[in-house]
Amino acid sequence: MYAFEYRKAASTEDAESGFTAADDASFLAGGMTILPTLKQRLAQPSDLIDLSGIESLSGISVEGGTVTIGAMTCHADVAASADVQSAIPALAALANLIGDPQVRNRGTIGGSIANNDPAADYPGAVVGLNATVHTTKREIAADDFFIGLFETALDEGELITKVVFPVPEKAAYRKFPNPASRYAIVGAFVAKTSDGIRVAITGAGPTVFRVTEMEADLSESFSADAIKDIAIPQDDLNSDLHASAEYRAHLIGVMASRAVGDCS
Amino acid sequence: MAPEPTIEQTTEGIPLDSPDSNDRVARRTFIKSVIASGAVASSGGLMLVGLSGCSEDAAPAAGSVERLVTLRVNGRDRPVDVLPNETLAMTLRYKLGLTGTKLSCDRGECGACTVTIDDVAHNSCSTLTHSVRGRAVTTIEGLEQPDGTLHPVQQAMIDELGPQCGFCTPGQIMSGVALLKTNPSPTREEARQAMAGNLCRCGAYDHYLNSIMRAARTT
Ligand SMILES: Cc1cc2nc3c(=O)[nH]c(=O)nc-3n(C[C@H](O)[C@H](O)[C@H](O)COP(=O)(O)OP(=O)(O)OC[C@H]3O[C@@H](n4cnc5c(N)ncnc54)[C@H](O)[C@@H]3O)c2cc1C
Ligand code: FES
Ligand code: FES
Repeated sequence: MYAFEYRKAASTEDAESGFTAADDASFLAGGMTILPTLKQRLAQPSDLIDLSGIESLSGISVEGGTVTIGAMTCHADVAASADVQSAIPALAALANLIGDPQVRNRGTIGGSIANNDPAADYPGAVVGLNATVHTTKREIAADDFFIGLFETALDEGELITKVVFPVPEKAAYRKFPNPASRYAIVGAFVAKTSDGIRVAITGAGPTVFRVTEMEADLSESFSADAIKDIAIPQDDLNSDLHASAEYRAHLIGVMASRAVGDCS
Repeated sequence: MAPEPTIEQTTEGIPLDSPDSNDRVARRTFIKSVIASGAVASSGGLMLVGLSGCSEDAAPAAGSVERLVTLRVNGRDRPVDVLPNETLAMTLRYKLGLTGTKLSCDRGECGACTVTIDDVAHNSCSTLTHSVRGRAVTTIEGLEQPDGTLHPVQQAMIDELGPQCGFCTPGQIMSGVALLKTNPSPTREEARQAMAGNLCRCGAYDHYLNSIMRAARTT
């Protein structure tokens, strides 16, 4: 790692002013991605601003048909939360499928969506459930948040404070994990919400995306059969050593059908 | 595996690579001032090499974190000089001499560096030391009783011949200890899930599971 200064922020204001005062700062959440990145010298921030001391950023609350998860809440806490398990069981189950126990004990929802790894799980739930990402400046709708490969709508120094998930009628997440890291080779999040059916796919393309054709067909008949003939074009899908674009296209249909089955 | 650092690295940087040598000089002056300011790590013989003649008047750089910190490790308060970019695994191994914690992938994938922080399993290679100030860190060295009685998970590892080469064993044990703390009677499947973050290149997974299940029965 290149040298950097370490600063533990006491509040979101403190984190933001620390960010502005530094030459080229980065926020530090669980560190599960940013520290390995720094060790590989892929980035050289002047300062790391640790968010772990900011109490208001952690925690889970359920009220008025929504589940709110603070940005610094680790995956293990979401997975183990009785509130999340009863309000949106698919979300607790998704958190429990991330990586391994040590990863879930450090990795946070804010870090996961800010990083926007194409194979991360949470983007599937954020888009699938039509959640809202709250930052220190504004609220960003899920459909506007994830822009591209490792790219989000966040401005420089903009801090995610929490993610608000509307409670769906039913939802399910199915993923085909990489057997070593458990990152999604393809993950399908299907939700029946008061605003209609949503199908979000993660792992397959540069960033999470919705399959509107599946959503339309499922609105007419909510069954795995209804989407079995939908062919997913391979053009924009990822090909890497784990899976070809062709295989990923096939997996989208399989994972989405299974998720629909879990919802019925 | 991480290379053994030289003395220069343990005192000044991990690694020492600031492109700006003035910066480096400033940091060196700073560390001298910190060490001169009083408490010195008991295991600091190594890191004090070449630091005699410290000047006491150099002030810390604005905004930088105090480098001489006290960590709570294995029930003891350990004063230690910690760089801003130092991971807990580095501090434990190369500053405090607790080499039972292994470094292997150094990127959160293998679990060889697992320690518990407030009784929860964490990868110490992906944790900055400064971020755990005030929290209780336990390493493999901290498990046995003062009279030498091993922790039940350690004893079960011996009784079941759990390890093969033994390199991943400290991490495996720390994950097992964290599991039994929250779930004293896990099913074999629960134990398998709890140990999923600990890779074993010898493939001794089943033996480790046998050990954890034995420890659960004997506690
Ligand atoms: C071995 C391994 C396996 C994994 N497996 C999976 C998996 O199966 N599925 C999965 O989804 N993920 C997986 N992950 C990723 C992991 O779960 C974390 O979510 C991820 O590493 C980032 O979270 P973090 O809290 O550690 O963020 P950090 O590494 O601390 O930060 C990541 C980035 O987000 C920025 N950031 C952090 N918090 C905020 C905030 N509140 N506001 C604005 N910016 C912020 C940081 O500046 C940094 O750029 C895995 C990671 C590892 C190491
Ligand atoms: S050395 Fe920390 S997880 Fe591999
Ligand atoms: S016993 Fe050899 S690596 Fe696990």
